[in-house]
Amino acid sequence: MTTIPPARHPRALRVTALTAPWIGALAVLLIGAGLYTALFASPPDYRQGDSVRMMYVHVPSAWIGMAAYCLIAVMSALFLLRKSSLASLTAEAAALPGAVFTFLCLATGSLWGKPMWGVWWSWDARLTSMLILLFLYIGYMALINAFDDRERGERAGAILALAGAVNIPIIKFSVDWWRTLHQPSSLIRSSGIAIDPAMLRPLLLMVTGFTAFFAALLLLRLHTAILAATIREARLTADERD
Amino acid sequence: MDDLIRFLDMGGYDRFIWPAYGMTILAMIALAAGSLCALRRRRRELTALQNIPSQTGRDRP
Repeated sequence: MTTIPPARHPRALRVTALTAPWIGALAVLLIGAGLYTALFASPPDYRQGDSVRMMYVHVPSAWIGMAAYCLIAVMSALFLLRKSSLASLTAEAAALPGAVFTFLCLATGSLWGKPMWGVWWSWDARLTSMLILLFLYIGYMALINAFDDRERGERAGAILALAGAVNIPIIKFSVDWWRTLHQPSSLIRSSGIAIDPAMLRPLLLMVTGFTAFFAALLLLRLHTAILAATIREARLTADERD
Repeated sequence: MDDLIRFLDMGGYDRFIWPAYGMTILAMIALAAGSLCALRRRRRELTALQNIPSQTGRDRP
C-alpha cells in the first residue's frame, strides 16, 4: 500500500464537515421563507409596482459578490504575509461562488434596468465597477491555476486579488460619488432605514439566506480543496520516492 | 384561477421577474450540486490512492 501523508489541516477538515450541512439546512429554510415573503407576502412598490420584487434577488447577489471578494482579499493578505496555506485554500473556495453571484447581480440588474430605465445596460459607474469585479474574479481563478508550480499561481492570484480590492469601495460609493442611473443604497441612508418594514422583511430573509448559503458552500468547497491539496502532496511524495 | 393568473403576470413585469428568480435559483442549485460532485470525486480519488499497491520497496517483504 502507498503510504499517504497525513491529511492536511485535520482540524479544518473536521470543522467544515461538521458545520456545512447545518448551515446549508439553515440557508434552505431562510431562502424558502424569503421566497414566500418576496413573491406573496409583500406589497408592490407605489412607483415600481411588482418589479420591486427584483430587489429580493438582486441586492443579496450583489452583497455576496462583494463580501466574497473581501474575504478573498483578506485571505490573500494572510497567505502573502503569513504563508498560511489554509488562507489560500479558503480564498480559492470562495472564488467561484463569488463570481456566480456577481454575474447574477449583473444579470438580474439588467432585467430590472430594462423596465425601469429603458435600457438593459449602461456604462455608468456602478454597473461598470461591478463588471470589473466579475473580471477580477475570472482573472483570479485563471491565475491560480495558470502555473505548473501551484504556489506561484497562488501568489500571483493573491497579488491580483489584493490589487483589485480597491474596486470594492469604488462599487460601494459609486452611487454617491458620481451621477449614476443606479439609485443610492435603499437599505440604509444617512436619514436612517429607508425602506418599509413590509419590504425589509423579505430583503433581510433573503440576505441572511444567501449569506448562509454562501457560508455552507464555502465550507464544503474548503473541505474539498483541503482534500485536493492532500492528494497533490501524496502524488508528489510518491513521485519523489519512485 | 384569476388570482393565479394575476400572480404570474406580476403586474406586467412577468418577463423580467420570472427569468431573474429562475436563473438565481438554478445557479444556486448548480453551485451546490457541482460542489458536492467535486467533493465526492476528491474522496474517491483519495480512497483510490490509498489502495494502490506501492511501487517502492517499503511495503515489500
